[in-house]
Amino acid sequence: MATAARERRALPDIDVPRAALAVRVLRRPEVGAFAAAAVIFVFFSVVTDTFLTPAGVATWLESAALFGIMAVAVSMLMIGGEFDLSTGVMVGSTGLITGVLATHAGVNIWVAVVVSLVVALAIGLANGLMVMRTGLPSFIVTLGTFFILQGLNLALTKAITGQVAIQGLSEAGGFWDARWLFGSSTTVGPALQVSVLWWLVFTALCTWVLLRTRVGNWIFSVGGDARSARQVGVPVLQTKIGLFMTTAFAGWLVGMLSLFRTTTAQASTGVGVEFIYIICAVVGGCLLTGGFGSAIGGALGALIYGMTYQGIVFAGWDNNWLKAFLGAMLLAAVVVNMYVRRRAETAGAAATKAADPLNGGPTAESAEPAADTGAERGEAK
Amino acid sequence: MTAAEPGAQTRTAVIEARGIAKYYGHVAALEGVSTTVAAGEVTCVLGDNGAGKSTFIKVLSGVHRHDKGELLFDGAPAAFGGPRDALAAGIATVHQDLAMVPLMPIWRNFFLGSELTRGRGPLRRLDVPAMRATTRAELLRMGIDLRDVDQPVGTLSGGERQSVAIARAVYMGARVLILDEPTAALGVKQAGVVLRYIARARERGLGVVFITHNPHHAFPVGDRFLLLKRGTSLGEYGRDDITRDELTRLMAGGSELDELSHELDRG
Repeated sequence: MATAARERRALPDIDVPRAALAVRVLRRPEVGAFAAAAVIFVFFSVVTDTFLTPAGVATWLESAALFGIMAVAVSMLMIGGEFDLSTGVMVGSTGLITGVLATHAGVNIWVAVVVSLVVALAIGLANGLMVMRTGLPSFIVTLGTFFILQGLNLALTKAITGQVAIQGLSEAGGFWDARWLFGSSTTVGPALQVSVLWWLVFTALCTWVLLRTRVGNWIFSVGGDARSARQVGVPVLQTKIGLFMTTAFAGWLVGMLSLFRTTTAQASTGVGVEFIYIICAVVGGCLLTGGFGSAIGGALGALIYGMTYQGIVFAGWDNNWLKAFLGAMLLAAVVVNMYVRRRAETAGAAATKAADPLNGGPTAESAEPAADTGAERGEAK
Repeated sequence: MTAAEPGAQTRTAVIEARGIAKYYGHVAALEGVSTTVAAGEVTCVLGDNGAGKSTFIKVLSGVHRHDKGELLFDGAPAAFGGPRDALAAGIATVHQDLAMVPLMPIWRNFFLGSELTRGRGPLRRLDVPAMRATTRAELLRMGIDLRDVDQPVGTLSGGERQSVAIARAVYMGARVLILDEPTAALGVKQAGVVLRYIARARERGLGVVFITHNPHHAFPVGDRFLLLKRGTSLGEYGRDDITRDELTRLMAGGSELDELSHELDRG
């Protein structure tokens, strides 16, 4: 089947019409988040003095980056039709593993970093296998993982270090060698953190995978309709497990970025933020039911969060407003997403109806509909 | 109609079934069913619910193995280990659920699982222009003019969706196309659209097996009609051997229907 398709690689010399630009823009999942981000950017630029200064920009970008990396991975997972509630504590777990190994076991920092990566990927694999093998909703399975990790983080850290935090990491062997990768910042201009670069690279990479690779096609299909995907030969199991492992990888990355930035790790790190990642993804246009969304959308959702979080601080308001704002934002996003998607779909359907001069019947070869659209006949190649 | 032309070169039978029987335990789901599927011809399989239509297509598409009789593919006994073997040999089945993802664009659905790529290693990427152009060209070849291949499949009507699934099977190298009740859930107009694409597939030299319970859908496109009832063949008719009225009567249960209408008249 696949070989038959490959033999006919010759590109048909044909004009493929595109929908109007407005329709194409509206079809993008992240269009709502983009508009909201622009409004919030302008709002805080006007309301506060610090927001637009280079130092201010560096601050909210760093905030957005740490949430953004996870939000992008969570978006991919949601497009693939699954949830992960263990994302937040994964950030804590990986930081703690690296910290404990480096400070209490005398392990070289690079080795500790790699060990925590392996553990994170193993947890992602376990999440994926449990969800796929049992057929249970990922919400329940990862809720279990979430509590296990939360408990282990506190219990093991206390048992090994006698405290609930890792201290003295900067004295560990090799710390300063590894710091450039995860905890450095620009020396000229405002101190732009390296995490912002990681965020941009990770978002670009995920966007490329989603839109321009076979795996990306598979991710949309397993979230949109797993049964159909299986029927046409998409490896559903591998795709979903890969997504859980990508999310775990992102958790590890954020864990390392926080650890090297602050040189300390709290045993309670990450508890409660898993919902913020999901909110960022939904605000970014991901459907809760899967099959629709984008990585850029997740990144924009996190940008909205970062700008609001720091904007409220700059404005000197009570930062409890943030939670209320997030909730309102989530509800607005869900409604806007629904509206935008309906509009895009009906607009597309109308365009088709207008341009659907069905041909004159099976035997009337000369009455090809292609002729009046100016397109080449398929047979002509 | 090209298929009815007298003196046209002999149609080669791609699939030939001779006295096929299939048992589920002691229950005979099929008994002594014979037909031919030839290139450039439409073989209609007609029957009421429970007549054995789906068992028959499962045998043809390699899902089940027949217990008796002969199944020839290109003149040699067919030995399909499963649906994948049948698919590799060029027997494609378009099921009622169509195996499409509603939220994905038409062109992504068209190539799902068989995406075209270019480049190597980490740079291996989707060949988007080729896939969009091929989708458009293949749909036009089937006479389907959907201007916008980027629109989600979910926005298409039932008939259009069915047609895209047929075009996809044809492009992926099918020689025999098995269509499982493609018009069952459609209105009159949409069903007409699908019938046109069936005729188009036949003109392109494919053997088509068209499963239906509606003689009005079967008669306009069929070259051969196989009637099934409770797992047995009520007969196989060529296009010239049977009229639409006879076909309808046979399908409706013949004399049974006469009795029924008589009975209802009195009540």
